[in-house]
Amino acid sequence: MALLKYESQVRPPLVNGTKDYHQVTEDIIRPIEVNPSKLWWIGFLISVGLLIFGIFSVGEEFVYGTGQWNLNKTIGWGWDITNFVWWVGIGHAGTLISAILLLFRQGWRTGVNRAAEAMTIFAVMCAGQFPIWHMGRVWMAFFVLPYPNTRGPVWVNFNSPLLWDVFAISTYFTVSLLFWYTGLLPDLATVRDRAKLKWRKKFYGIVSFGWTGSTKHWQRHESLSLVLAGLSTPLVLSVHTVVSFDFATSVIPGWHTTIFPPYFVAGAIFSGFAMVQTLLLVTRKVLNLQEYITLEHIEVMNKVIVLTGSIVGIAYLTELFVAWYSQNPYEGWAFMQNRANPFSPYGWAYLLMMSCNVLSPQIFWFRKMRRNLTVTFFMSVIVNIGMWFERFVIIVTSIYRDYLPSSWSTYYTPTIWEIGFYLGTFGLFFTCYFLFSKFFPVIALAEIKHILKKSGANYKANMGGMEKESPDEVYHEAHAAHH
Amino acid sequence: MSIDLNACFGCGACVIACNAENNVAVVGKNEVLRFHDMHWLRIDRYFSGNINEPDSIQTVFQPMLCQHCENAPCENVCPVAATSHSSEGINQMIYNRCIGTRYCANNCPYKVRRFNWEDYLGADSFDDNLPKSGVGTVNDAVFMMNDDLTRMVLNPDVTVRSRGVMEKCSFCIQRQQEGKLKAKKENRPLAEGDNSVACAQACPAEAIVFGNVHNTSSMINKVRSESYNRLFYVLEQVHTLPNVSYLAKVRNASWAGDAKEEVEEKPVAEVH
Repeated sequence: MALLKYESQVRPPLVNGTKDYHQVTEDIIRPIEVNPSKLWWIGFLISVGLLIFGIFSVGEEFVYGTGQWNLNKTIGWGWDITNFVWWVGIGHAGTLISAILLLFRQGWRTGVNRAAEAMTIFAVMCAGQFPIWHMGRVWMAFFVLPYPNTRGPVWVNFNSPLLWDVFAISTYFTVSLLFWYTGLLPDLATVRDRAKLKWRKKFYGIVSFGWTGSTKHWQRHESLSLVLAGLSTPLVLSVHTVVSFDFATSVIPGWHTTIFPPYFVAGAIFSGFAMVQTLLLVTRKVLNLQEYITLEHIEVMNKVIVLTGSIVGIAYLTELFVAWYSQNPYEGWAFMQNRANPFSPYGWAYLLMMSCNVLSPQIFWFRKMRRNLTVTFFMSVIVNIGMWFERFVIIVTSIYRDYLPSSWSTYYTPTIWEIGFYLGTFGLFFTCYFLFSKFFPVIALAEIKHILKKSGANYKANMGGMEKESPDEVYHEAHAAHH
Repeated sequence: MSIDLNACFGCGACVIACNAENNVAVVGKNEVLRFHDMHWLRIDRYFSGNINEPDSIQTVFQPMLCQHCENAPCENVCPVAATSHSSEGINQMIYNRCIGTRYCANNCPYKVRRFNWEDYLGADSFDDNLPKSGVGTVNDAVFMMNDDLTRMVLNPDVTVRSRGVMEKCSFCIQRQQEGKLKAKKENRPLAEGDNSVACAQACPAEAIVFGNVHNTSSMINKVRSESYNRLFYVLEQVHTLPNVSYLAKVRNASWAGDAKEEVEEKPVAEVH
């Protein structure tokens, strides 16, 4: 028995404090069973307020047309698609944590995967708003679906990267949602079993789909999780690759770049982990979950941030090098004049992108900084500001001045309704997140229990002597424990 | 289509003719300031000379319109196939299929596609959809075109585009259709002169020539073969394979001053 539960003492514990199964349940389910705090209400109401403002902003655009945004004849995409790519990118960390880290058997994912997966789903919901509402005739949006029709039939254009987006994003959303929900089932059943209120029994009874915790259920649950992890793994790479094709397959200098797919994927994971940090640093504090989302978790994620941030940095430099090396005057102009020239109209955006995404994360080479909560929180916000500007720089600086100088348009600033739409998606995201943190277990309860007896601090302490024992002694001990 | 830059002197008659023929919206000052102008055809200007010596500055005019590319970047990016290529080589815009993603306009190297940001021509089926104040306030010009009486000026042969769809030069498709029907009724092949385009018809210098390149005796064929050494396609290196060719401007450089200052091929400055 002891043999199976053994984990090296070199690895820091994943659950701190003295915990047993019951205590874990108490810690994680408790917030669902008590009234939300004042802080929760304040946050929730602010989010709902933002959401309402966002709905109003979109309403203005819907009634009066896309002219309510400051896009123009050369800048066909501005804040709308910038925000779309930004939100989609944020979602990627959740999928990486839930799928790839599951396949690689990374125990630390159990502390953060539930919240990160929820973040993925909400971020994809926010992202999806932009390509829909940016359409001139949104009431015809269903044209992008390949459905049988009486118009010929008229089919969609399978050559268009925008159509690939439709499939990529909808697949992503579906698989992420299923994966998240599958993981939730045993935990929802735990809430149901503990419920004392009638409505709570009923609600969690319905949403837990009759989970009984039988071996059969567990066996199917594990198999399904693995299948979904297998499906999600390619999605981590493919979704943002497809999003990058929107630009990479075009003919516009600054967009037409073969480096985009890997560079976008690295950027997505980068910004996603930053968002996970932002959310979890607050969540662990407010819900008092510091013993489950430990400093170790935060440090590991900061390592991912410095790695992906540096990959993104190399991509930026490669772009500049290729723009020079190719001797393509249009590409050279896009990179050296429209972007990297600090005196050009959008030079400041490029500088901001470089400093937020490439320079500042380098601070995480220092262990002390990786383990500093204030620095981590500050950096997580900085990274997402930088990543927003990356998408803005790519989209706007490429199309505001491309081939013919006669069509170089002017400086683009968003209108209040473009800003409102963006704020509205923050409202949507946080409204969902607040509801999630109130009604669902924010930590994967069953999975924490799965690792508790080998990675929990108190269990590890008891295992301390094992490394001094010879393998024979350990074997005999384990053998004796079974008889 | 072929456009002779030697002949063009930038009068703008083609632009006006195009606007009148194709119901191109007049959007008013507010919208022009926001780069929402709707011209299907515009006159690009390129300048050469010494910026400090106003007398030395010379202007080259280049009418710019949809190039009807054979390898059109706009066509493959539309998710709903609302822009496609006809068997006659015309890049077509299908308004009632367009959902307005604007990807085609972004991907057009010539930037000739125009989006209906607002209901400029009163083509929408619902009322009160023009902002009277606040963001995107439109001038009276737009309100006028939403008025039933003023809308009588519109060309009945041409569709009015509703808000949220893309539009661009159609090579006066309604005139092409009319010419073809005329020839068909008279039971003969399409002849030179059956079908013209508004801009070519209006050009006082006859700089714009339009016709069937497969017809060996057509004017377009003659122009292209006679002036072969001046013939070029704009942004040829992007490999869009345009159907609009240009004939380069040739001028006496000794009169123009320092010939090295020529910027025709490397445009760096633009004044609106």
